[in-house]
Amino acid sequence: MLPHELTPASFAAYPPEARQLAVKQIALLQRLPLAFLPLLLRELIVYDWKFPAERVDLGRQFTYLGTLAPGPFQTAMSAFAQLKLARELEQTDWVNSPAIFSEKLSAHLWATHQIDAFSAAAVDYVRKASAPAGSGDDAALPTHRLGIAIIGQGIAKNDYRLFRKLRPQGVYFTQVKYAGGVQVLLNAAAARAKAHPVPYGHWYIDGGHIDDDSLAVPETVTRISYDALSALRAALQSRMQKTYEAAVFDPEAFRTMLAQIKPEEAGLNAGGDSVLNRFQLSLLTEGSGTQVFATTFVQWAAREALRRAQPLTLVTRFAPRQRENQMNELLAEHQRKPELDPQGSLIDADMGAYYAWVNQQRLPGDRKSAFLVWFEDHGEAVAIAPTLERGKRSDAPIELADLIARIA
Amino acid sequence: MRLADLRARSPQEISQAISLSRRNFLRTVTGAASAAALFGPASLRAMAVPKNRKAVVVTFGGGARDDETFMPDGQENIPHLLNELMPQATFLTNVVNQGILGHYVATASIVTGVYETFNNFAAVSPNNPTVFEYFRKDLKRPATDAWVVAPSNGFARIGESANRLYGPGLGAGVILPKRLLAAALSSASDGARYQHLLRDNYETPLYAPSLAGRQIELDQMAEVLKLSVDDFAAHARNLVSPDELSVYIVKQLMRQLSPSLLWVTLHDIDIAHSGAFSLYVDGIKRSDRLCAELWQAIQKDPEYAGNTTMFILPDFGRDSDIDSGGNGFQHHRTGDALSRTTWMMVLGPDVKQNVVVDRRVESTDLIPTLGAYFGFDARLSTGKPIAEVA
Repeated sequence: MLPHELTPASFAAYPPEARQLAVKQIALLQRLPLAFLPLLLRELIVYDWKFPAERVDLGRQFTYLGTLAPGPFQTAMSAFAQLKLARELEQTDWVNSPAIFSEKLSAHLWATHQIDAFSAAAVDYVRKASAPAGSGDDAALPTHRLGIAIIGQGIAKNDYRLFRKLRPQGVYFTQVKYAGGVQVLLNAAAARAKAHPVPYGHWYIDGGHIDDDSLAVPETVTRISYDALSALRAALQSRMQKTYEAAVFDPEAFRTMLAQIKPEEAGLNAGGDSVLNRFQLSLLTEGSGTQVFATTFVQWAAREALRRAQPLTLVTRFAPRQRENQMNELLAEHQRKPELDPQGSLIDADMGAYYAWVNQQRLPGDRKSAFLVWFEDHGEAVAIAPTLERGKRSDAPIELADLIARIA
Repeated sequence: MRLADLRARSPQEISQAISLSRRNFLRTVTGAASAAALFGPASLRAMAVPKNRKAVVVTFGGGARDDETFMPDGQENIPHLLNELMPQATFLTNVVNQGILGHYVATASIVTGVYETFNNFAAVSPNNPTVFEYFRKDLKRPATDAWVVAPSNGFARIGESANRLYGPGLGAGVILPKRLLAAALSSASDGARYQHLLRDNYETPLYAPSLAGRQIELDQMAEVLKLSVDDFAAHARNLVSPDELSVYIVKQLMRQLSPSLLWVTLHDIDIAHSGAFSLYVDGIKRSDRLCAELWQAIQKDPEYAGNTTMFILPDFGRDSDIDSGGNGFQHHRTGDALSRTTWMMVLGPDVKQNVVVDRRVESTDLIPTLGAYFGFDARLSTGKPIAEVA
């Protein structure tokens, strides 16, 4: 099937809102090249479970493509149209299974040395399609973005030079008085959530357990934790374990199987937040290492939350991961209490905090955004903000509450 | 610096910047000289090839970035490469891999000198003749003179190609240490003690390929390596990683067969796919130490000392922190400049010491370089001999 053969009936199997949008845009969809269209459909088919920011982004792409005159439209799509595709790709059910098409397309582009041309075309397209957001920069945001990363839970003594990648971006504080600790930082997030009540605009991601008795996290903050997903992880780990022990295994088919699991099949609350349920499931089915390592889970969850929901506030708290082990043992995490690796986890989290900052800086508003990374229950922190100097060190005592107040 | 500033650079500019940074850094820490100052026309003259030459190739894998190796923040992870080997080596700063960035297909591309295009996860032989086939057919060498020690079962067919003019019977023997260990443990009651050595593939940890190749099996181990199953298992118990097991087998091969062409693919680094940065760095530190151990073993072995050149190169890098299509060190999926740009270190009696070569070469140039070194013609390779080390 080729794009110009699309009809409204082609989208009969799509969820309601996705189907409605596809039918509305069908004239545009029919004009797009095959190397591009399924990638757009991959986003569209899950429209019903998209975060508001993603819906805005998809709408922006339709607006961009739909308002191009024929000449510029051809120019915008020419790099995709010039890619040479295999006949097998045309025969794929790319309307209903765009993710499978994407995997096959990726393999084809690598094998035929067209991946660089495709990447360049994709980068150029994203830059142009998102230009209105980029040029608007901070103007559309109700407040600046704030990222907070808490690392090193459970570490008493450390010899690793922390924050080596983040220190050049801000001020390295060595005498932070951390009375109130995590709660102080959560209070700052809660205050921002109250002042700017944006759906999915404020997040708290924890690599362990969110203890409601000791930590106050308001409902206005979207919450995710590694421990809260233990039942889901156990179910997935069990599936992975069976596959691992099978005599014959197709890794690509396995990935596809994981990606097609529905939240209700995985035991997520059917009556809950369906958007968040889908998001949490995707962290475990599309992420690598998120099923077995708490540090990887937090890093990937932060990346995906920033990329997809584009929150104004994101607090991440890394917890110790289990020690490296043979895959069978890692996957059996739910069956026994695993041995932990706090020191390795600190190093993982240090890099994870850097990636959280990198991913925050990809979003509109990067010139005004702020970031704090704190070594939990220790006096070390780095604060990054437009108002703070870069590459500086401060040995002056400062309260954690005062520090976060300066950048929140 | 804003991320946008970095994103605005073209891949070529970034590649050049990577090379420049690494080059400047190396010169600062080692006082290395420029190749241009040392390599005159004389070095490019054809030379008679001594018959007892040997070569050991180590792929420093799978997939290590500049950031965690030769760049300033990475130097603490590679003390042996930097302080022990670098002063004895010619170092190529700009080795580009233009092929598919999957470990098996990329290693196959290095082995054939042609960018192979098969599915990385398929149990297939390379399409083009391997270095082992050129070496054995052109130089009429016996099967015992070329060996591969490979990290995972997916490399079972790396030893010989599907090319009609070469192929079956002309390639290298392949040893898959983890497969041997698994077989050795099949009846053992304490197999759990060895489980950390049996992890097969980090990229798709659940991948278990069907095996079909010229790999040796457990019952051949005693004959080939003069190593009993009990001794093998007992030694393995004291090792911490699959790469240590591979190097142990390499040393055993050197001791028993003294092959002229020996290829070992390290792979511990690929634990990076789990997303655990500390484990990835541990893998780099271990690879660094193992490379030095191998070079020391070469210098101590009379069959190798004074007539062996060692080539060390990553199969490719990993994604940069800046490319939004990736997730930094974790994968090698974007095909960005950092993931394609690596290095090569060459040590040996005929190799200039403490020299940095700036010009761009490709990873497919290694096999024609080995051809010039040994005196065979890698006729189907698309690469060119690297004159500075050929």
